[in-house]
Parts: sequence; structure tokens; C-alpha cells
Amino acid sequence: MSLSSRTVPYFQAAPLALIFLAFFVTPVLLVGAVSFFDYQTWDILIPDFNFYNYEYLLESSTTYRTYANTAKLCALAWVFTLSIGFTIAYFLAFHVRTVPTQIALFLVCTIPFWTSNIIRTISWIPLLGREGLVNQALVGSGLAAEPVEWLLYSEFAVILGYVHLYTLFMIVPIFNSMMRIDPALIEAARDAGASQWQVLWTIVIPLSRPGIAIGTIFVIAMVMGDYFTVDVLGGAKVASVGKTIVNELGYLQYPPAAANAVVLTLVTILLIVGLMRIVNIRKEL
Amino acid sequence: MEKRRGVEFWVLAVFFALFVVFLYGPTLSIMVLSFQGPQGNLVFPMNGFSLHWFRELFRDQPIGDIHGAFGRSIRLALIVMGLTVLVSLLAGLAYRRHFIGSTALFYIAVASLIMPSIVISIGIGAGYELLGWTRTWYTSALGAHLTWTLPFGLLIMFAVFNRFNPALEEAARDLGATGWQSVRHVVLPIIAPSLIGVALFGFTLSFDELPRSSQVTGDVNTMPKELQALQTNTVTPVIYALGTLTTLVSFAVIGLSLAAVAVIRSRRR
Repeated sequence: MSLSSRTVPYFQAAPLALIFLAFFVTPVLLVGAVSFFDYQTWDILIPDFNFYNYEYLLESSTTYRTYANTAKLCALAWVFTLSIGFTIAYFLAFHVRTVPTQIALFLVCTIPFWTSNIIRTISWIPLLGREGLVNQALVGSGLAAEPVEWLLYSEFAVILGYVHLYTLFMIVPIFNSMMRIDPALIEAARDAGASQWQVLWTIVIPLSRPGIAIGTIFVIAMVMGDYFTVDVLGGAKVASVGKTIVNELGYLQYPPAAANAVVLTLVTILLIVGLMRIVNIRKEL
Repeated sequence: MEKRRGVEFWVLAVFFALFVVFLYGPTLSIMVLSFQGPQGNLVFPMNGFSLHWFRELFRDQPIGDIHGAFGRSIRLALIVMGLTVLVSLLAGLAYRRHFIGSTALFYIAVASLIMPSIVISIGIGAGYELLGWTRTWYTSALGAHLTWTLPFGLLIMFAVFNRFNPALEEAARDLGATGWQSVRHVVLPIIAPSLIGVALFGFTLSFDELPRSSQVTGDVNTMPKELQALQTNTVTPVIYALGTLTTLVSFAVIGLSLAAVAVIRSRRR
């Protein structure tokens, strides 16, 4: 290879590297720096190096409650997106026989991903509200004497919203893993007398693990960073770290928001690094 | 698997059907509600049937700037789409050979994908603030959107080139094609459908992006920010009309992309 052809990849990768440097690496480092800044009402960023924002954050019991609640939302969203996503992927991979049908049904599951999450979240309100369709049906059919209050502005609604938005992130990678399972393997297990459950438990689930791990990473990252769904469907009753940060930003309190963002990022990274050890993403595509 | 459909199949098929209803039901319900009569409410039942709220949408609103936001989001999405395709394609080509820093760059891309979006938004916002630069949708917001769309573009390119047969390109080289010629006449035509996929991701992810935009669009709003503002301030079905319109734009883009892929595929046969 000549010298010039050896430099080609660098030129090709340069735009990507420069964009990430300018709009991802630098800003994230800056958030770290700003978390040590001071602030005033008339001057929102005063360069400084004090631990005041962290002290304030880590000394408040509200912080721990908020993180605990975010973790709880995360765990619940994970359980439901995983079980539903796995079931859907399993159906598509092993029960749909023809490839065109498979592609069509797979598209049906993925198309909402390319539409607005905001609208998809808002669209639960006319269904779950006090006067909403679900309550109209419950009261009309006599199943409930009066409208059920916990359908909207509750943890239930937030989890429902997460499952609605993020199950797709489980379906796609798990389906991808399942499609790589050699059918001969399953046939051999059958011939050797394995039951449907044994095939599922000893072949399908272990070989779907990379897909499950990738889906899990996505769901955790999405839920940890969310503030919109919690705000719209949880109302004032549900707390989350993302919402706290956005509230601080609303008051132009950048440094405390940055400190909170740093802690949130570290927690998310710790969770995800643990999962990355299980799987090498690049090989799974 | 087995010849006859067993009980398991039917149970799963019903589960799948319910999931599809769950997936599309809410969006369909606001689409129906956006055709409420002029006296109509935010919830069912329908109080008449009209285009009133769509007309309202095109009239000047007492609050916000729907037209401006809509135009900005479309333009921004188109710019993001073009850049995402170009930059991902180049990077995808780069990753077919070894280069120093390739692993680091890959991990940065993955980190950009899974980093809580609000962190990136705060960082870019604070950077512009400290530099004394004005935040606009076509500079800071453009950058913020690219941190979201490029990782998807890059991952798609990896998937594409993992399946790409290098013998095709080698054959072109053996026949005397230059590096550029083999890319232009061999590689690009083969991966064209995937590039349309990257374009689809670029457009729709930008068009619908909220959290990374939150601190970086300056004085004006993009469409998702406008929707968020309306969601807290509006009590009329006008927000559903806007939701319907936005969803129709997304569906049109998805439909166009799928059609383009189908056309390319059928021409090849």
C-alpha cells in the first residue's frame, strides 16, 4: 500500500471525528467543568472550582429519593420491555414462516420508531385521563363505579409510556440474535427429544443474550435520560433525575444542573459498562 | 418448525396483534380527535366532525410560532439527513481499513448514542454561552442533532460493510478501476438501499428530536419544542391537529424511503 492510500481512511473518518469532538466530547467535558462553576441570577456561569454544587446535591435526601425512583422506573421498564420484546421477537423469528411476512410484520413494529415520541406520549392523555376513553369504558360497562384516578399522572402511566416507546429497542436486537440461530441446532434438539420449553430455555434464550444485552443498554440509557415522558404522563407525582435537571435549567441554574448531569452520567455509564462486558456490540451487527 | 399451527402459535399471534393495537392505537385516537367539531373537546366523544382545528393551525396562533417551527424543523431535518448520509458513508469506508484511533472513535460514537441527551444539550448550550456565541437551530442545534443521528448512521454502515463482499471491489480494481471509480460504480450502487435507510434515520430522528435540542435552539423553537410548549399551554384539539400533521410528515418520509428501496431492488432483478 502506498503512503497516500494509507492516509485515505484518516480523511474519510475526519468529518465524523471532528463533529463528535466539537459537539459531543468537548460539550461533555464542559459539563464536567461547569459542575464546579459558581452562578448568580444575573451571571449564570461564573468560572470557579468549588464543590458546592456536589455538596448541595449529595447532602440532600431528595437526591437519593429521586435516584431511587429513577432506578425503580428503569427496572420496571426493563422487565416489561424485555418480556414483551422477547415474546414479539420470538413470534417473528420462529413462528412467522415466510420472509416477506416476516419483513412486513417487523416493519409494523419498527415504523413508530420513525414517528414523534412526543406525539406518541401525548396521545395517551385522551385515553387515560379522568374523562378518557378507558375510564368511559370502565364506568360505562359498570366495571368501575367511578373513574379510576391512577391511570394518568402516575407511575403506571409513565411505565406504560416507556413500554410503548422503547419495547422496539428490545425487539430489533433480540430478533437479530434469534435470526442467527442455526435452525439445525433446534432441529437436532427436537430430534433428541427436547420439548418446546427446553428448546426455548437451553437454546433460544442463551443465544439471544447479545440481543437482550443491547436492548437492555438502550432501554436503560433512554429511561435514565428521559424527562419528557415523566413530565407528561407522570405529572407532578412522579420524580426523576432528568426532570430535576430540566427544572434546574428552567431556573437557569446551570452549574447545579451540570453536577446532577455528571452524577446521572456516571450512574448510567456504570450500569452500561457492566453490560458491555457481556457483549461485543460491533460483532453483533 | 412443525407443519400444523399449534396452540403456541395462536397465543403468540393474538399477543402480537394486541401489541400492534397498543403501538398504533393511541396515535390513531389523536388522529381521529384532531377532526373534532369546533365545539369539540380534548377527549372522546366526537362532537361533530370537521377540519376546524386544521384551519386553526394555519391561522396565526395567539401563542407560539407553529409555521416558523415547522419550516425550521423540516429544513434542519433535511440538512441533518444530507450530512448524516455523507459523513456516515465516509466513515463507513474508512472503517474497512485499519486506522489509528478507530476503536476510540467507535466507542465515542456509541457513547454519543447512549449518553443522556440532556447532558449533551447542557454542554453545547454552556459552550456557546461561554464563548458568547448565539445559539441557532442551524449551528448549535444542527451539531446536537448530528450527535444523535451519526451513531445510527455509523452502525448501519458497519452492518452494511460486514456483509459486503470485498471480491466485487477487487474485481473492479483488477479490471483497472481507480479507487474512486470502484466506489462510484461498484460500492455505491450496491449499498444504495442502505444509504436510503441512513437518510430515513437522519431525517426522522432530527425531525422528532427534543431532549438534545432543549438548550440549543436559541430564541426560536423547533417543532418538537413547539409541541412541548403547546402541550402545557393549550387546551384545544389544535395540538392533535398538529400531531396528526407531524405524524403524516413522518409517514410520508417512511413511505418514500420504503418505496425508493423497493424500486432499487426491483430494478436489480
